[in-house]
Amino acid sequence: MAESASIPSAASASPGSRSPLEFRDPARGRALIEAIARWTEDRQDDPVSIMHVCGSHEQAIARFGLRSVLPKGLRVITGPGCPVCVTDAPEVDEAVALAASGVRVLTYGDMLRVPGSDGSLDDARAEGARVEVVYSVAKAVEAAAARPGEEVVFFATGFETTAVATAAVLLRELPPNFSVLSAHKYIPPVMEIVAEMPGTRVEGFLAAGHAASITGWGVFEPFVARHEVPVAIGGFEPLDLLAGLAKLTERIRRGEPAVDNCFPRMVTREGNRRAQEQLWAVFEPAGGVWRGIARVPNGNLRLRERFAGRDARRRFAAEIAGARVPSGASREADACRCGDIMAGIATPPDCRLYGRPCTPATPIGACMVSAEGTCRIWSEYGETPLVEAAR
Amino acid sequence: MSRDDRIGLRHGAGGPAMRELVQSVFARGAGEARGDSVGLAQLDDGAALRVGDRWLVYTTDAHVVKPIFFPGGDIGRLAVSGTVNDLAMMGATEPLGLACAIVLEEGFERASLLRIQDSMERACAEAGTAIHTGDTKVMGRGEIDAVVITTTGVGFAERLVRDDGLRPGDEILVSGTIGDHGLAVLAERHALELRGALRSDTAPLNGLVAAALDAGGEAVAAMKDPTRGGVASALCEMAGKSGVGILLDESSLPVRPAVRAASELLGVDVLHVANEGKVVLGVRPEEAKRVLEALRAHPLGRDACRIGRCVGDSPGRVVLDTGFGRRLVAESDGELLPRIC
Amino acid sequence: MCLGVPGRVLEIDGLTARVEFWGVEREVRLDIVDAPVAPGDYVLNHVGFAIRRIPEEEVEETLALYDQILRELEREDLMAADVRGEMGLAGKAPDG
Repeated sequence: MAESASIPSAASASPGSRSPLEFRDPARGRALIEAIARWTEDRQDDPVSIMHVCGSHEQAIARFGLRSVLPKGLRVITGPGCPVCVTDAPEVDEAVALAASGVRVLTYGDMLRVPGSDGSLDDARAEGARVEVVYSVAKAVEAAAARPGEEVVFFATGFETTAVATAAVLLRELPPNFSVLSAHKYIPPVMEIVAEMPGTRVEGFLAAGHAASITGWGVFEPFVARHEVPVAIGGFEPLDLLAGLAKLTERIRRGEPAVDNCFPRMVTREGNRRAQEQLWAVFEPAGGVWRGIARVPNGNLRLRERFAGRDARRRFAAEIAGARVPSGASREADACRCGDIMAGIATPPDCRLYGRPCTPATPIGACMVSAEGTCRIWSEYGETPLVEAAR
Repeated sequence: MSRDDRIGLRHGAGGPAMRELVQSVFARGAGEARGDSVGLAQLDDGAALRVGDRWLVYTTDAHVVKPIFFPGGDIGRLAVSGTVNDLAMMGATEPLGLACAIVLEEGFERASLLRIQDSMERACAEAGTAIHTGDTKVMGRGEIDAVVITTTGVGFAERLVRDDGLRPGDEILVSGTIGDHGLAVLAERHALELRGALRSDTAPLNGLVAAALDAGGEAVAAMKDPTRGGVASALCEMAGKSGVGILLDESSLPVRPAVRAASELLGVDVLHVANEGKVVLGVRPEEAKRVLEALRAHPLGRDACRIGRCVGDSPGRVVLDTGFGRRLVAESDGELLPRIC
Repeated sequence: MCLGVPGRVLEIDGLTARVEFWGVEREVRLDIVDAPVAPGDYVLNHVGFAIRRIPEEEVEETLALYDQILRELEREDLMAADVRGEMGLAGKAPDG
């Protein structure tokens, strides 16, 4: 083990010719931050409010320490963009009930510790249920094929970027013992809800770049026309993010509602037609409850009738019926403000449970459980102390 | 029974939950530190007893890594290196010897056992020590998972190096690239089929540490091997015990491209990932350059570099300068799971 | 829900591609990628599926976009010359 090649620093280009991997040049970053400061210099006392709706955007902001350097005239609000956080407790309960009934439940790592009304899948696993983490839905199918005697259910969470993968496998040949419990969700409807919410004054939206690579940026044109707020599609490298924010602050300053694609290498107007076809061949929009936000019309993705045989909700209706706990009976602490935090009305420190007793090790709400949850990110990356130190 | 009534995986993860368990269960009878000993209450890498004008350091570790064979090493190499390194971290760089207890599952392949034994012998030879005594047990099929190896080591130290001696201004050095072991094992364990240049760095470091101590002497104020919990845990502990803040420079962190790629694919922070062949050191500023050169002169320290420094503000906290802004480096508590988003 | 990581295609076998991310290889499914993929292409990977083929020229387009955003400020006469000068310098981040 002796290779001691030069170690590229985080800021340098990757090996080989110009690669689309690195957009982290700090000098350009500072210039973009300066641009934001100039566009918002008249809003020091009444900051511009921009909301993003993607947990990975919050992760990127936190990971690169951007909140500590964003200008005072801009406030970036974390919207309901963490699919794990908005998975309602009854949905988790369904998966836990399946696991408890002896079915093998496979899911993404993020979902393992999300609390339902009475415990998480991890708790079920500790008590002997067969629960496993997979990195890809394709792996879940392989696991089912390898265990023909067992029922295997994939607990499918995630927004449209992830739902397309689930759709793709459902359109292919499958072993008979494989089914899907869909908790997939669709983002554009929740932006409507937020735009119409009385509590916030969101002046612009930063849309999720990878979701937009599937849906295309054209889906936001009716939204912009209806609500007259600008939308920018942003990527996840620091420069992509800052470019999106800079464009939004410019549009807001000039009073120009528009859709701007600030992530052209990934996003086009039409998006990925092939993925869209597969997505809508398998799923249909359905109303559902998003944890903490209440009802979002068309915000859930449900398996179409033709896939009824692969729908774990129907296949295991009896096992799941036992788990159904009405939302009002949920044991989540009444003081939990995940919903308000996800809607951008409150920040983690506004919740009196934040930090004590709700911590990453002892989470109460989903915002603290998920790696992309606002409370978890603030707790791990130290947003509040650093923001205070910087100001 | 509530969650707290049962032991969970987080209690073995090397983070806050494990420390709490040790403090509330194992160390509750332990007294205050006495001048002539370092014991359980200090939660250091090992224990030390004063014998004459030297310290007798001893330590024990149970090894349960899965899979037992991984690129760059195996449970045998890990068992020897881990214990040799714990001794070295406290200043005992010439182990007197090791004892090894092995528990096997019925049905374990003899060929695998021979492989593990070979590995242990080779690691001992690299460390200049040997296993003098041991124990062997076999449990029924399914009663234990393949194999567990517990290694105990003992050695003398002229000077005890603790992990709580940092002061503002001290430089933080690391002996080489980070994240290698944890990501190699994580990729194997989750059958992520990440083929490529991921290799564990498992190695006995006593020679490297001796070189650093020869060069820096008392200026090496604190040392730790960043195993479970990674560099983040090691530095958080050192900062917390010393009462200083640590400021890290992200662009200085030595990370192999393949390790960085794997960490991005899996959504795992390289600072949280275990290293089994690295040491982090806190060195007084006037000797830092000399210690760094001594590390680089050693085969296991070629990629050593300075990654940060100690500061007076935000005591107990580790802050990372990302080039764009700053953020806190927290300890992760629990099993590292690949995250998709 | 966006942990997409770009990598370079090495080899294709039907629906599956072997993709390289800085020396680490992984198999990626091609069921939903939006354009035909050939060895040498870059794709964006999410949960084991390629969701987009990244045309090389769009890297340049992105950099041009950043510059265009910055030029908007010039038009507004807001950007100080010393900030533009910073873009040419390597230096430490401002104290946060």
